[in-house]
Amino acid sequence: MHPAFSVLVFTVLSGAGYGLILLMVIGHLLGLGELQDRNLLLSGGVLSLVLISTGLLASTLHLANPKNAWRAFSRFKTSWLSREAVFAILFYPFVIFYLTGIWSMGAQLNAIFVAAGIISAVLALVTLFCTSMIYASLKTIRQWNNALTPVTYLVLGIMSGSLLLLAVQSIVAGTVSSQLQQSAMALLVLGVAVKIIYFFWIGKPSGSTIKPATGFTQASVRLLDQGHSSNGFLNNEFGYTVAANKLLRIRLLMLAVAFVLPLLLLLSHNSLLFLIAALITLAGLLAERWLFFAEARHVVRLFHGDQRV
Amino acid sequence: MKLGLVVDLDTCVGCHGCATACKQWNTSGTIGPLSDKDPYGKDPNGAWLNRIRTYEVGDTPNSKTVHMPMSCMHCEEAACVTVCPTGASYKRAEDGIVLVDQDKCMGCNLCAWACPYGARELDPAQGTMKKCTLCVDRIYDQKLPENERQPACVLTCPTKSRVFGDFDDPNSQVSQLVRDRGGKQLMPELGYNPVNTYLPPRNKPAVEVYKVTSIKQSVKTWVNKMITR
Repeated sequence: MHPAFSVLVFTVLSGAGYGLILLMVIGHLLGLGELQDRNLLLSGGVLSLVLISTGLLASTLHLANPKNAWRAFSRFKTSWLSREAVFAILFYPFVIFYLTGIWSMGAQLNAIFVAAGIISAVLALVTLFCTSMIYASLKTIRQWNNALTPVTYLVLGIMSGSLLLLAVQSIVAGTVSSQLQQSAMALLVLGVAVKIIYFFWIGKPSGSTIKPATGFTQASVRLLDQGHSSNGFLNNEFGYTVAANKLLRIRLLMLAVAFVLPLLLLLSHNSLLFLIAALITLAGLLAERWLFFAEARHVVRLFHGDQRV
Repeated sequence: MKLGLVVDLDTCVGCHGCATACKQWNTSGTIGPLSDKDPYGKDPNGAWLNRIRTYEVGDTPNSKTVHMPMSCMHCEEAACVTVCPTGASYKRAEDGIVLVDQDKCMGCNLCAWACPYGARELDPAQGTMKKCTLCVDRIYDQKLPENERQPACVLTCPTKSRVFGDFDDPNSQVSQLVRDRGGKQLMPELGYNPVNTYLPPRNKPAVEVYKVTSIKQSVKTWVNKMITR
């Protein structure tokens, strides 16, 4: 699959933003000591809103006809993309109400603002899940159509959010919350485990072959001619191919940048290093999302000569 | 009604006449234009609703060249319609034709991702998704003579490899062909239940092999037969 940069930016940034607000609301409402601070909660909330909004705006860049984007709210019953759009917009009033509460009365909120906080955390999780289901629901792409896709999106979103929350907390408060630090490290370990399981899973040969695709199940089938002299939409969108050794190098680089390096940086007690850890995790996750697309093989490739997808 | 096409892989000669006729009709049809990018340049690109691919099936010397024209299969379980967030993609209840409302499409490509047959192509100029309409603007046109109320690809096919009809009617030509020739769906394992059906090539050798027999040989064969009896 051709990796559209706007989609990579969208899924990584909004994922981090939803993860950040989710963890922050949970920590705040469960009474985690270091998060009972007005300035900290406001900074975290605004940062997550900026990330989510930047991501959502980036996502509209890959639309070929964005003037109809407003119609994307209309098929909630069947389309995961529509559900994602609806939940993403529904999230805003609740989170803004929650942050207004914090702005006006500090960390000690009354019930109605607490409810808004809980609803925005739930909506953040649901939106993240809907984003992942856009990909996981496609039966045409074996590497996406499995339970690991939503797990990856949720875990990596919450993981990058936890690193951002740790960075914001340590910068605003000037002290390091050992609970946030430990949870971020645990999530990094969980994240790398999920990715490694995913790589092993997609490495196993399965899925369709050219035989049932063309209907000649009893004989060998080879493509002689694609029928056109230069690449069309299908070739550009689905024929995207990267050499296997290059993919392997990028995988290793991604695992190092997104997980190992931030984990090492988190062993320190320095807020600046925490910030760097959060930023390189986001960069690493861009590579992770790029791989998610580059390694996905659509069944249309069978008609264009691939023996197996 | 369940309208669709039967494509005979035995007789298709891969002339691309159907694709050309389709482009010609549909570029000025209901979903038109079918734009091209750099059509006369080094790297032309454009939206086509019909593509013909050529395969070698079997191993030499028993191999066969098969031309496989592919357009929208008008699936009964059309995933492209399910994933569409804007409601631009829809399947008509009355005849099962899958269409894209060009005024609603936002060009997110998700339907093309959901389609296993590569039936949808993004228009490079308009930014909306284009796909086979089964020439919905021909087949119901009362002003056309009745035998011309068929898709452009079917009318133009020089070997009559494409047949248009109602798969719900067991006595229609398409239903009979599917029954008699063992028609196949492509990639049935995905469960989209495509309506368009492909007739596999017949099993007879492409060129008849004639046995040359001499009088001596036929006498020998006759004697052998008598002795074994």
